[in-house]
Amino acid sequence: MQEGLRIENHPILDFKSSRGKKVHITVNGKRIEAFEGEPIAAALVASGIKVFRQTPKLHKPRGLYCAIGRCTDCIMNVNGVPSIRTCVTPVEDGMIIKNQDI
Amino acid sequence: MAHYDTELAIIGAGPAGLAAAVEAAKRGVETTIIDENMKAGGQLFKQIHKFFGSHRHLAGTRGYNIGEMLLDEIAKLRVNTLLSTVAFGFFEDNRIGIYSEGEVSSIIAKRVIIATGALENPLKFKGWTLPGVMGAGAVQTMINVNGVLPGKKVLMVGSGNVGLIVSYQLLQAGAEVVALVEALPQISGWHVHAGKIWRLGTPIYLSHTIAEARGEEFVQGAVIAGINDNFDVIKGTERELDVDLICIAVGLNPLIEVARLANCRIGYVDGLGGFLPLHNEYMMTSRKDIYVAGDCTGVEEASTAMEEGRLAGLSCAYSLGKVKRDSYDMAAQVINSNMMELRIGSFGDERSRCKEEIYHKYATMM
Repeated sequence: MQEGLRIENHPILDFKSSRGKKVHITVNGKRIEAFEGEPIAAALVASGIKVFRQTPKLHKPRGLYCAIGRCTDCIMNVNGVPSIRTCVTPVEDGMIIKNQDI
Repeated sequence: MAHYDTELAIIGAGPAGLAAAVEAAKRGVETTIIDENMKAGGQLFKQIHKFFGSHRHLAGTRGYNIGEMLLDEIAKLRVNTLLSTVAFGFFEDNRIGIYSEGEVSSIIAKRVIIATGALENPLKFKGWTLPGVMGAGAVQTMINVNGVLPGKKVLMVGSGNVGLIVSYQLLQAGAEVVALVEALPQISGWHVHAGKIWRLGTPIYLSHTIAEARGEEFVQGAVIAGINDNFDVIKGTERELDVDLICIAVGLNPLIEVARLANCRIGYVDGLGGFLPLHNEYMMTSRKDIYVAGDCTGVEEASTAMEEGRLAGLSCAYSLGKVKRDSYDMAAQVINSNMMELRIGSFGDERSRCKEEIYHKYATMM
């Protein structure tokens, strides 16, 4: 995990009090820390994960792009269901998340 | 299939939709607001800066506080709020198909306000699809709403207000903004915002563009270059930057899918983001029961979106017989004068001209 990707000191905002319960999710077999209710994509970003999927034909990497559920670059397999938009899907404890190349 | 009736259905619970809901509901219109997101407020909750304008426009108040104020108001007015709900279809008799948690249902509304907002424009260059190239608004959501940094060394592309404000907010969040490039020979946004990042040491390169995003799996660097009057790269001016995030802030375009589904006539107005539903001064579209408001009618900014929302909400209340003509005229005049104040000056004049173009196209078409 890359350090310091969670913003702790901010001149205006206080994230410590606004974050949900600390939980864990599994991303490609690796257990990572997340906060309940935050978008899955935010938990991935906080863990330094940049590549969310590969394109089906050319296997090119794709990551988070629009963060409002329009572009679908961030889709992943969540609990066995493919093509879930991770930027608008909230974290639940124990989620199993995998890359997809479809 | 479940089915509901409502007097007014509003699609999109951002600044425009919420302001419309308040204005209609406080005049006794039974109002339902639909949004596909988990939370209402649209992009207001990532706006941590203080708004501009006058006190009437809530200048000096931070965007997320304005969002809280609007949510309080719609709760008090008992506006029926359907979140995590997608409007996917428009059928006869203003029947709107909605989808939520695996269930399809429909709403029949006497009036509809479409306030679906806008989407960021992409920019094509070598490496533009690499992870680590993101919309500036997307980065703003990550840093200001979710409290996570998608990168620590940032190249910002575009010096409009989004590019300038998000650069400053990245600095507030603890990132380094390595450079900002702008294709035009001058800064596009407000100079007060440019001054803030300039004073904090971010170099601003005018007449420059991004030539390439470097990296195999994700962004590990960028190449910027000077451009001539035809926007072609000037050979020999390329320079490499050590960055891990490239933010694209090159404008937005209206989200018009719902307006298209509803068969509202669409026109093209370049200065406001391209294709948009044509409407008159009362925000009515080519379909007399359907109104529009906010960025989906042409990209401006949140304060104007709220005024347009108020006007659309008021117009619906009037057309439903909830307001008498004289009090409608008075209320509309106040909103229009507030809106006019937001559409003057070096940045407002062009938007004002474009809006006139929309009204003119609407009048010609009808």
